[in-house]
Amino acid sequence: MGRLRRGFRYFEAIEKNALLLGGLIVIAISFGGLSEIVPLFMQAQAVGPPPGVKPYDPLRLAGRDIYVREGCYLCHSQMIRALRAETQRYGPYSVASESVYDRPFQWGSKRTGPDLARIGGKYSDDWQRLHLLDPRAFVPESNMPAYTWLESATVDGKEVALRMRTLRTLGDPYTDADIEGAPKAVADKTELDALVAFLQGLGVANVPPKERAQ
Amino acid sequence: MRPKETYNDQIVRLFLLAAAVWGIIGMAIGVFVAAEMVWPSINMGIPWLSFSRLRPDHTFGVIFAFGGSALIGTCYYIVQRTGHVRLAHTALANFTFYGWQLGCVLAMVTMPLGITQSKEYAEPEWFIDIAVAVVWVSFGVVFFSTVARRRIRHIYVSNWYYGALIIAVGLLHIVNNIALPASLFKSYPVYSGTVDAMVQWWYGHNAVAFFLTAGFLGMMYYFVPRQAQQPLWSYRFSIVNFWALISIYMWAGPHHLMYTALPDWVQSIGMAFSLILIMPSWGSAANGLLTFNGSWHLLKEDPAAKFMVMSLVFYAGSTLEGSMMAIKTVNSLSHYTEWTVAHVHFGSLGWVAMITIGSLYAMAPRALGQPAMHSRKGMELHFWLHTTGVLLYIFSMWIAGVTQGLMWRATGADGALLYPFIDSLIAIKGLYAVRWFAGVIILIGMIVMAWNLWHTAAAARAHLIKPIPVPIPEPEEKQVPAPLPAYG
Repeated sequence: MGRLRRGFRYFEAIEKNALLLGGLIVIAISFGGLSEIVPLFMQAQAVGPPPGVKPYDPLRLAGRDIYVREGCYLCHSQMIRALRAETQRYGPYSVASESVYDRPFQWGSKRTGPDLARIGGKYSDDWQRLHLLDPRAFVPESNMPAYTWLESATVDGKEVALRMRTLRTLGDPYTDADIEGAPKAVADKTELDALVAFLQGLGVANVPPKERAQ
Repeated sequence: MRPKETYNDQIVRLFLLAAAVWGIIGMAIGVFVAAEMVWPSINMGIPWLSFSRLRPDHTFGVIFAFGGSALIGTCYYIVQRTGHVRLAHTALANFTFYGWQLGCVLAMVTMPLGITQSKEYAEPEWFIDIAVAVVWVSFGVVFFSTVARRRIRHIYVSNWYYGALIIAVGLLHIVNNIALPASLFKSYPVYSGTVDAMVQWWYGHNAVAFFLTAGFLGMMYYFVPRQAQQPLWSYRFSIVNFWALISIYMWAGPHHLMYTALPDWVQSIGMAFSLILIMPSWGSAANGLLTFNGSWHLLKEDPAAKFMVMSLVFYAGSTLEGSMMAIKTVNSLSHYTEWTVAHVHFGSLGWVAMITIGSLYAMAPRALGQPAMHSRKGMELHFWLHTTGVLLYIFSMWIAGVTQGLMWRATGADGALLYPFIDSLIAIKGLYAVRWFAGVIILIGMIVMAWNLWHTAAAARAHLIKPIPVPIPEPEEKQVPAPLPAYG
């Protein structure tokens, strides 16, 4: 007991010194983040994107940005977990290399609707378009919002090119030709076209050939 | 002799008002989006009223606008009284108020317009992030300058938690929001894929840890002893819990990413630390509850004490649930379902909202120069509306979540899945309606609180024109932290 009391006396120094207290708080909270995040950084640096996985083409990038803008991740995940019931329902489980070009990641945390990681090609383009405009026309019990406004808005090609340039600065390997071709690639496309193109590419275009073969 | 100083309660009153207003706005939006899940057409085709655009407004509104205003307000109240000193930098403190409110308004307006990063709980775009960071650093300067000026050598434990809140949330906010703007309204995070996921949930989880736990524990450690009219059950225990809580919480983020593409070793570490976390969490809850030993009769007399005791019970419950949900096997069922939503509201409506409401009821009369709140019956009514609403909410979402989890994994004798996805939605539609109703009850309680606060403030205005400035007492020699009497 005597030793404990002496120890507590040393501790009093922290209780009476704001600077010491603040400094020790910084140290205490640093370990967790450092040990969990730094190794991932190093791994990502060392591995890099796997062969076969390409950054989003202009139309799909525009579609992805609409997905992000509308907040689809609040009800749809894009992460098939390594569990049997999941792979049975949605297809092969998601792997890290599939989302190397996802800024931000859209794995989600909640499924009010089904997972979308491998939705690409499961339905026709027309089904996707009409379903986005009026979900309850196909699934009467669905509680998904109708995204009618996507049909009338067009994609701005210059803005897409600007965004691709930003992504290139961050390290995504877009070529000059890719960026210059962006306005042409999205010319006359509506936001609905872009979003459907993005959805139809999910789990298809970004899967490395090895996983796709499975 | 030094001139007679008074506490700066003007800034506390401003934050108190803001908290009440944001609480109602944030919860009203919550009720609306809950209704959209039952009746999906009520946005009438208006983009900014759609569920996916508005849900971040609900979470940001209640966490950062309501919770943030309550945290900064109570922090300013407590740091002055536990240090026997006036708040430092009056102008900068005022700036933190107007800056925080401006940041909240900007975020709440831009997110429904589609100007969003879509990183959960960190949705506002880069220009708002920068503004919020500036305000947060100013808050830190005001707080630590006040601590430095304190006239009592010992730093009371509440201030430890507030200090950790300021340091950790500042760090989390800045690291998670590092992004390269493409234009004024669009930026891309420097992290991508798995790294982005890890950074985001390191942030997301610790926003819960430091914003919704550490900060509110600071509130608890001041207002519970004060309202119970007892010294803290064990001061040393509160300090042990402090170091354990802040160092362990930072490791627990990966439990949001179980069975995902995040490396397995990170998931396992996250699970282990989430389980250890039960100890400091229950330590703080026990410390708060045991402080009421000898004062349990207050539960019959004092609605504010009732709110506090109930909040501690909910805190113990939700932290136990959280640790259990971090076990991989449990998580495989609960993740992606409404169970997560039940857990979040267990903590936020049960713990965070109730300790805040209890503290507001304890603080408001003092900050407004009144002997007590305007209506005790109003407080009683609020307590029962809130408690009923929370229980109805979490039970309906527990049932919904477990139903979803079981239906998604159910297979027949041949190994094929039994239910198409839509069946799991049809099964819980009724529970969504119950949840919406629970939200309505809670919102009515908040309106009762606003009415009560308004009248408490109105009486103060009528009688005194200005609330009495509270003079700062001279600290005694070798003063030990002791609770002040509850009234007077």
